Amino acid sequence: MTKIKSLNDLRKLRDQLQSSIELRENAESPDAVVQVKVGMATSGIASGAREVFNFFAEVLPKREVKAIVTQTGDMGYKYAEPIIMVTLPGKSPVVFGKVDIPKADEIIEKYIKHGELVDGIVPESYKTI
Amino acid sequence: MTKINQHILTCGGTGCRASESKILAARLKEELKNFDLDQNVKVVESGCFGFCEKGPIVKLLPDNTFYTQVKPKDAKEIVEEHVLKGRKISRLLYKDPTTNETIDESKSMGFYKKQIRIATRNCGFIDPENIGEYVARNGYEALGKTVFELKPDDIINTIKASGLRGRGGGGFPTGLKWELTAKSESEKKYVVCNADEGDPGAFMDRSILEGDPHSVLEAMAICGYAIGADEGLIYIRAEYPLAIERLKIAIKQAEEVGLIGDNILGSDFSFNIKLKYGAGAFVCGEETALIHSMEGFRGEPTLKPPFPAERGYFDKPTNVNNVETLANIAAIINKGAEWYSSIGTEKSKGTKVFALAGKINNVGLIEVPMGTTLREVIFDIGGGIKDGKKFKAVQTGGPSGGCLTEEHLDTHIDFDNLLAIGSMMGSGGMIVMDEDDCMVSVAKFYLEFTVEESCGKCAPCRIGNKRLLEILEKISNGKGTRDDLFLLRNMSEVIKDSSLCGLGQTSPNPVLSTLDNFWDEFVEHVDDNKCRAGQCKSMLKYVISEDDCVGCTACFRVCPTGAITGSKKEVHIINQDLCIKCGACMDKCHFESIELIA
Repeated sequence: MTKIKSLNDLRKLRDQLQSSIELRENAESPDAVVQVKVGMATSGIASGAREVFNFFAEVLPKREVKAIVTQTGDMGYKYAEPIIMVTLPGKSPVVFGKVDIPKADEIIEKYIKHGELVDGIVPESYKTI
Repeated sequence: MTKINQHILTCGGTGCRASESKILAARLKEELKNFDLDQNVKVVESGCFGFCEKGPIVKLLPDNTFYTQVKPKDAKEIVEEHVLKGRKISRLLYKDPTTNETIDESKSMGFYKKQIRIATRNCGFIDPENIGEYVARNGYEALGKTVFELKPDDIINTIKASGLRGRGGGGFPTGLKWELTAKSESEKKYVVCNADEGDPGAFMDRSILEGDPHSVLEAMAICGYAIGADEGLIYIRAEYPLAIERLKIAIKQAEEVGLIGDNILGSDFSFNIKLKYGAGAFVCGEETALIHSMEGFRGEPTLKPPFPAERGYFDKPTNVNNVETLANIAAIINKGAEWYSSIGTEKSKGTKVFALAGKINNVGLIEVPMGTTLREVIFDIGGGIKDGKKFKAVQTGGPSGGCLTEEHLDTHIDFDNLLAIGSMMGSGGMIVMDEDDCMVSVAKFYLEFTVEESCGKCAPCRIGNKRLLEILEKISNGKGTRDDLFLLRNMSEVIKDSSLCGLGQTSPNPVLSTLDNFWDEFVEHVDDNKCRAGQCKSMLKYVISEDDCVGCTACFRVCPTGAITGSKKEVHIINQDLCIKCGACMDKCHFESIELIA
């Protein structure tokens, strides 16, 4: 690293470096950020869940959305893979089915950013205990 | 297109490293590579998570999965199952010791719920060998603000207003200490960081230095600016090799980017930091002894005044602060005195780090607000007593502190409350004892430590403590009398009043507090020749049960003193006068017919 010559440089450097630990910062307070869970069981991966997962992980920070993107096991809605569950801070989780990259983009722009619901919601068919 | 979307934190503290956490981290990296995941998942070796009981710890983020006691061979399963398929590995998850439920999120662990982490804010979160992660956590911001926006007086006033008190044990107001050193006139002054942590069972300073060394360096520079010093020294014991290594890396990295050294951040303020090694003598934690040791003399204390703030290292004004005290400074400058003083009790502000040890379920490092009760610390955070045994006592404050009992459990921990009930805060060691611990032996243990560590300069400490120890040995050998108990108390008072430094003035505390709180147990020892915990060997009797003995002669053959008599197929008898209580017979008996009676 080169020498830091002023307080402003230090602050600029901090802002640049923040991305390297942002994931950990967000995880400190999971309820305050957007949580996206991608169903990544075998069937999910076969229908393209990994691409969707990578898309969210990559795009959300770029669009300045504080979010935690995690993978989870089978969510049970096999007919609608790939499945994602989005939890906005203070709201109940919403499950979206048949999420491909364009759909994922739409979910980010409409639901995550503005809270507008989009097509493709999978109705909740069970309760977790 | 790839991007890091998961972090795996492994504990790189001394405790976990001893359980192969370094090999584990390497193995994890290897496995990630095998599965082509090394571009998506980052392995970070961080400092201590505090949960040393169940180390090595592995934490997966962002889903906050907390794996305990992970072995290098588990690396493959973690990568294959958790990272690749998103399935948590339940056998590695933390189990609550009371409810036996597995907990898959560290946020819902009782151990972390009541903690507020200020001094240990970055421990177990950042990579201590990477200055970038410290800077990303707002590191060196406080130093920058100090140098460009604040005057020395502003800083001293902020620290004073925050109510921060010295965490090394004395509890002296930190702001006042800084002010005194700032007022002393001299062209050369020093900032010293006291990292000579010596209490048995205490490891908070080590963990802070290992987990977040930059927080201490930054605070030393801030202190230097406030008091007008351009040189800092860290006095650290050579028996902390990992902390020394991390400090060296931290100093080098900070010098490279211009955050420590000449013309910090392009200003005209310069501050250099060097390490000084100690050999690990307990008395060198006392600031005058510490300074003599740094100067190359024997580590012996001298009378105060003059205080180091006037005449310290090579007779120059010197400000000595403990590691944990310094670790709070940057947070106070960044968030303000008001924020800090809103935490804690009326006279003790902020948080305190404690090292939990002894017969407690969650051995480890915790940081709680001042005013938390002993009960909350031991039962809620510490998870209660091991193996369902009964709580007997907790020793706080190390060899200078005292033993507290059940009735003190609801005391709100702060400097003054602990003093009022006959113990002290000390540097924050907390050793928990259960019904199997004998209080005479406990007092003896601490006294053995002080006798060993006494520098020998003044007679009360050198001779008095030795005599105290002899009386305690006499009592535990079953030869004590009532008079001895009064002599113990009397001598303790004299040693306290007449010793030269803090070591001698506090060394009889474990004796006095056990006498006060466990008088019955002492009386039992001298009157009835009985040790209820079964620890004092001389008071135990090995007896052969007539019903169970088959007369196999196994014990007869193994007894080194010929104390056992009896022939084949007859019940054997132990002659108590010849028995040396080695227990060899009990180990040898296949029929469990030998009993130990208190």
